[in-house]
Amino acid sequence: MFRRLFRRVAGLVATLVAASFVIFAAVYAAPGDPAVFLAGGRDKLTPEKLAAVREQYHLDEPLVVQYGRWLWDCAHGDLGRSFKYTDQVADLVTSRLPTTLALVGYATLLFVVLGVGAGIVAAVRRGWADQAVVGGTTLAASVPNFVAAIGLVSLFGVRLGWFPVTGAGNGFAGTVHHLTLPALSMALGALAIISRVTRQSMLDAAASDHVEAARASGVPEREVIRRHVLRNALGPIITMCGLVTAGMLAGTVVIETAFGLSGVGSLLVNAINTHDFPVAQAVLLLMVTGYIVVTNLVDLVHPLLDPRVRAERSTA
Amino acid sequence: MPHDHEPDHAHNAHAHAHVHGHAREEQPPLLDIDGLTLELPATARPLLSDVSLRVRMGEVVGLVGESGSGKSTTAKAALGMLPEGGVTTGAVRVEGTDALALRGEKLRAHRARTVAMVHQDPRAALNPVRRVGDFLTERLALAGVTDRRAARARAVELLDTVGLPDPARRVRQHPHELSGGMLQRVVIAGALAAEPRLLLADEATSALDVTTQAEILDLLRTLRAERETGMLFITHDLHLAAAYCDRVVVMYAGRVAEHQSARALFAAPRHPYTRGLLDCSPALGEEDAVIRPIPGRPPSLADSFPGCPFAARCPEAEPECETWTPVATPLEPDAVSGDEGGPGEEGGEASCRRLPESAPGPASASGSAPASVPVPGSASGAVSGAVSGSASGSASVTVPAEGSTR
Repeated sequence: MFRRLFRRVAGLVATLVAASFVIFAAVYAAPGDPAVFLAGGRDKLTPEKLAAVREQYHLDEPLVVQYGRWLWDCAHGDLGRSFKYTDQVADLVTSRLPTTLALVGYATLLFVVLGVGAGIVAAVRRGWADQAVVGGTTLAASVPNFVAAIGLVSLFGVRLGWFPVTGAGNGFAGTVHHLTLPALSMALGALAIISRVTRQSMLDAAASDHVEAARASGVPEREVIRRHVLRNALGPIITMCGLVTAGMLAGTVVIETAFGLSGVGSLLVNAINTHDFPVAQAVLLLMVTGYIVVTNLVDLVHPLLDPRVRAERSTA
Repeated sequence: MPHDHEPDHAHNAHAHAHVHGHAREEQPPLLDIDGLTLELPATARPLLSDVSLRVRMGEVVGLVGESGSGKSTTAKAALGMLPEGGVTTGAVRVEGTDALALRGEKLRAHRARTVAMVHQDPRAALNPVRRVGDFLTERLALAGVTDRRAARARAVELLDTVGLPDPARRVRQHPHELSGGMLQRVVIAGALAAEPRLLLADEATSALDVTTQAEILDLLRTLRAERETGMLFITHDLHLAAAYCDRVVVMYAGRVAEHQSARALFAAPRHPYTRGLLDCSPALGEEDAVIRPIPGRPPSLADSFPGCPFAARCPEAEPECETWTPVATPLEPDAVSGDEGGPGEEGGEASCRRLPESAPGPASASGSAPASVPVPGSASGAVSGAVSGSASGSASVTVPAEGSTR
């Protein structure tokens, strides 16, 4: 038990360290010299001033040393200071995080309820309902989410005036009201994936002998679907939902920009544009961590769904 | 009509001084399949053609044939389960109710309470993610035991009845924690939860090793004796069927090839296919026995036959067989009941064009095994001996051995 836990945590840490190096190196390799920005632009730039700035921010050291310094600080909870705002990076991120989390959470709720629901209908009803679901979700998935965002804004925001088109709102009701359109435009793309995975997984589960055996024993159809088909189909559905949600954590940039939300995504875009190394690195690291955490949570749920997985793990 | 001759047989059974058998004739059969034909739009031949069989209370009827001969399809018809798009003629009556006409709530009640099926592969028949107890309480709920606590207690009781050790622990386990034999007991317990009138055992023991098989057969026999449950026993093992069942129906390509009492069938098979099946497996004690597989392969649904479906593989086929549409021919009871004291059975039928001249027994042209194997004492006696002495081997092997050493 402890061995397994240890192995899992060790694996997590190793993944994070590897990811952090890739992130650090990628930002380091990005074109443009941050020292120029830090010194206040090219106009009055002297080589001496540039060298001074470089030294102050440790930009003159080799990549590995810089990485080591950054990693050491990160491990102690110090993500550094923003080049641009001179605030603590941690404060910047935490002030932006709630909006992004609310957005992703809302979008997840929408695509899980609508996607799984549509998948169940498609699997159970077949026929025209099946075709409608497949056709509708394919259409929804083939529209890029920023286009969907514009469409939703023009219809529900401008023409009907039901929802606000920018800002994150205050309080729970306000947040829900403001985030409905952004969350919906994010969820639309995921609907196709989730509904298809649900449909296929349920059809596979429905083909099992024990489902026919249950029917042959007179178990009501509703119970057959719920206890024997959907219950057994949950594994792939939950895995897919987890992966899509994890992907969304890193993919809020476009939607935040389209709806003028100040979340983590827009923070990242600004940081990259202004060569704000510490912020970009911290946000990227956060996104990777989020992805890893979500996928691991899904992994942990799996044995609860299927006792056979549990047995395999305990004997392994 | 295949059942025109019925009164004669009632009379004959009576003449053989079988009061018990005669008393059974009085009641309407538990399962009465009458001329069932099932057609699918995409197949060359019907899945079932003019299948007739009956199961009475407390009677075990064997249904034998190769894979794809329509055994399971026939059994499922009793549950009102037909393949999608199937068109039927004929009737399937369970206790007088037309099972094929049932819909909705009545059909559910029929499946939940009147008829129960024990499926071939117990591991496939149980939902792997649910506990054994959940499976049983689900079946119990259908039978009207809705109180959770009562259902739990009853589930443990049922597992105890079917001889599963430590039942209180089993109900909390998942199927993958149990062995195949244990799971088959669980499935049987599930089938018994509703105390059905008719039990359909679809290859219920085929996947088990011989000792477990014998135990399960013994269990089913005990339950049948206690509850007067009728049983349709589907198997591909003709020796087992002949030893275990009261009557045996042999199917080929969706038709009933032959139907006789178990003893008569084993002693004097009348259809060349039945003889072929008996020749396929050697019996213990026949040192010089040659295994004679039936040439060719079982027909698929893409094969259609203008005449007798078995003609292509039949060693005794004549050109006329290719065009002769099989009709169930009643067998003359005198030829069948060679020795007295058998259970009071109907005379049986076989669908072979050459029937009148193809005499059963030693004179048989095929020189088949049954000629050398005397009739096992009586069907039930042979089986109880075989089953209670289960450690020594399966019933299918023991019975012919017993016969040949006599």
